[in-house]
Amino acid sequence: MTTKKKSEIALNQLGEKLVEQAKKGKNPEIIYPLRGLSNVTFDKKSRTLRMGNKTASRSFFNVAHAKKFLQTILVAVVSKELLKREKHTNLRDLYYQIKRTIPGTKIETVEEQTETDKAIEDLEVMTGFSREQLNISAGKNGSVAGKVIIEDRGDTIDWSKMGSGGWSVPSVVEDIKFKKVSANYILYMEKEAVWERLHEDKFWEKNKCVIISSKGQTTRGIRRLLQRLSEEHKIPIYVLTDFDPWGFYIYSVVKYGSIALAHASERLTIPDVRFLGITADDIEKYNLNKHFIKLKDTDINRIKQVSEYDWFKDNKEWQRQLKLMKQFGAKAEIQALSSKGISFISETYLPEKIKKKDFID
Amino acid sequence: MTKTKAEEMAALQQEISISEFFTKNRHLLGFDNPRKALLMAVKEGVDNSLDACQDAEILPEIYVEIKKIKEDRYSLVVEDNGPGIVKEQIPRIFGKLLYGSKFHRLRQSMGQQGIGISAAALYGQLTTGKNFHVISKIGKNRPAYYYELHIDTKLNEPKIVTEKEVPYMKDQGTRLEFEMEAKYQKGKQSADEYLKEIALSNPHAKITFKDPEGTVITFPRAVNTLPKEAKEIKPHPYGIELGMLISMLHSTTAKSLSTFLQQDFSRVSASIAQQICDKAEINMHSRPNTIVRNQAEKLYEAIQQTKIMSPPTNCLVPIGAEALEKGMRKEIDAEFYATVSRPPSVYRGNPFSIEVGIAYGGSIDPEGSVQVIRFANRVPLLYQQGAGAIQKAIIETAWKNYNISQSKGSLPQGPILIIVSMVSVWVPFTSEAKEAIASYDEIIKEMKLALQEAGRKLSTYIRKTVKAREQREKINLFEKYIPEVAEGLSMISSAKKTDIEGYLTKFLKKNIGELIKGLEDNDNKEKE
Repeated sequence: MTTKKKSEIALNQLGEKLVEQAKKGKNPEIIYPLRGLSNVTFDKKSRTLRMGNKTASRSFFNVAHAKKFLQTILVAVVSKELLKREKHTNLRDLYYQIKRTIPGTKIETVEEQTETDKAIEDLEVMTGFSREQLNISAGKNGSVAGKVIIEDRGDTIDWSKMGSGGWSVPSVVEDIKFKKVSANYILYMEKEAVWERLHEDKFWEKNKCVIISSKGQTTRGIRRLLQRLSEEHKIPIYVLTDFDPWGFYIYSVVKYGSIALAHASERLTIPDVRFLGITADDIEKYNLNKHFIKLKDTDINRIKQVSEYDWFKDNKEWQRQLKLMKQFGAKAEIQALSSKGISFISETYLPEKIKKKDFID
Repeated sequence: MTKTKAEEMAALQQEISISEFFTKNRHLLGFDNPRKALLMAVKEGVDNSLDACQDAEILPEIYVEIKKIKEDRYSLVVEDNGPGIVKEQIPRIFGKLLYGSKFHRLRQSMGQQGIGISAAALYGQLTTGKNFHVISKIGKNRPAYYYELHIDTKLNEPKIVTEKEVPYMKDQGTRLEFEMEAKYQKGKQSADEYLKEIALSNPHAKITFKDPEGTVITFPRAVNTLPKEAKEIKPHPYGIELGMLISMLHSTTAKSLSTFLQQDFSRVSASIAQQICDKAEINMHSRPNTIVRNQAEKLYEAIQQTKIMSPPTNCLVPIGAEALEKGMRKEIDAEFYATVSRPPSVYRGNPFSIEVGIAYGGSIDPEGSVQVIRFANRVPLLYQQGAGAIQKAIIETAWKNYNISQSKGSLPQGPILIIVSMVSVWVPFTSEAKEAIASYDEIIKEMKLALQEAGRKLSTYIRKTVKAREQREKINLFEKYIPEVAEGLSMISSAKKTDIEGYLTKFLKKNIGELIKGLEDNDNKEKE
């Protein structure tokens, strides 16, 4: 049986169960694993974030739940329809498909897209199938360049011939076939601007690597793409982020998984990735402290949170980095490297770091 | 011998009569413009009638009529069932300013200075040249007298134009009628508004009003008992000013200073009188009329330094919380009423008492600031709302504590009407037009205490009803969600939409009580 068929059945089972409860004169209720830090554990053995045993329940006849209950059902209906017709939709579209005014009220089924985004994540944990398996995707995001040739829906795509913008990573990369991969490593960075610099300098050509960027948080599509390249082609992956707690967390998401998507960890984590920079030591070595940005209260709080996550807590090196950040009272962006010269990052910083294997695990 | 300059001037100098003074300064008494003049005339007439009925212990029945004569010219009729006025007094009461029985007494009454009705009469005469008409009858078997009067403004004396016996249907009462330059308008600060408010503060009165278009409005009686009689009290030493003290020293019948203090003031015993005299270093046996000015000053200071018991407060007759609420229920369409009657207190030796009424919801305008109705000795104050103690006390009360919105330094907002009433033997007004109460600390404090208590009562009501309404709305929401959820579930299951709708509706009906209880528990949790 195909995955599509299975996820369709799961949606039906959910529907039948709820109707059965109502028929018996019970309050229709869905019990599902609780999402959030309180129900996430760090599995030291597999080095991934795992969902715990805590559950949450959502029932219709509860003032606090009624609307969310309705939203979840509406998302399930759209998903079932998509699976049946073998079509896909993205999160933005899903929001518009569901949004309308409830007759006889001034109430909208959904106010903002974050509500449908949450509803689909709930449906994932309720059914055990991922968003992609329910035929709902996020839009494409990020850019890729490198000496790689792939096949996507019958089209052959050469990542080295995509012009100035590179290839955009779709939300679902499951069906992509790698035809030819010639890269010594993959460099993943959170900043689009840095990717553009490296692309213009033909960094990937000179250093025989793949460069990938996202805008901020790493999307599921990029995470799965990185994972497949890592697992299927055994290529090392290095992560380049800002020197701040948010950047460190981006790295940890790629490596161990995220709190929000702990239920999808198995498909998305890459325990072998390494953190390249920017580190506190880089700042001292390359005199980047001229480009320090003073820490705000939110940064300081985030440093505390991140340093207390299980997957950072027992790691001496990361604790040292976070401690130094606090001592500096400052953070720094990747772009600080540009002060050393426009191509300092591509000609000096990256080659030096990679050659010396100057990483953090 | 030629006259000196001073002698020449003396020939020109003459006493300015009070009537003449009024002619030139009528705005001081509130007759600034034709619209306000009409309101003032109605007010003086009705206040007089209510006071007269109160004195005679009669439940008042008052008839007011405004007739249009021509553009900007109206005739006012005020008729009551009061005790009437003895024949000899009629010309003086209506035709001489500052004549009356109220100015020389310390007693709670509506008119406080006796300038009222004759001033209105004079205004009418000055603006129209027409005379003033009075009919009064003092008893069942007594004749009714009719007078047509003219005020001699130079001499402040009434001139009788006509005097005769007339047939009069009622057993007793007074009817007056006069023309004046006026403007009749409805709305704020109108005669209509004044009568409505006076009906609120005098729920024992029945008032009938016929407006220029012939429409008759009746304000029925809400309570059938008269307010108890207001007792006259002697002034308290703390409330007296130096000038008043000097004039009292000269007019007293007492033979010694000690007797004077005991006999002409309240709360002064022989020992207190002695303490005062000792402090002032004046022999307590001195004859009062021999006390010279600097001695009077010492006496005044000695009074301030002596501890004297507060004045008696049984002289006050507040509206009463119950009567006020009855009045409100009859005149104001609202969903909630609360009234508070504070125990008497004292400012500068004058006893006073504050009452507050609050009405909420119903047809009260929900937009903008609350409506405020102010009473001083049961008389509505229609002008200068922003100026007095009442406005200050309302603004300084923290209404947010009572679930009512309020911006800093402003009146609170919402569908609320606030009544603040002060009764006192002497209401301190900010000006002679008697439009706003002066902001003494003691008065503001009492007003705030009353407002807070009323605010608490309102807050309890708002919390209860608003909560109940919100709960109903939340439960109603389930009904709206049911078809949506049923349709959705029918698409991801084998069941029919109508069946699912049936199951869910049945559940809702059966468990509505528990759902409401769940809501209450939720609210309580939020509060904790």
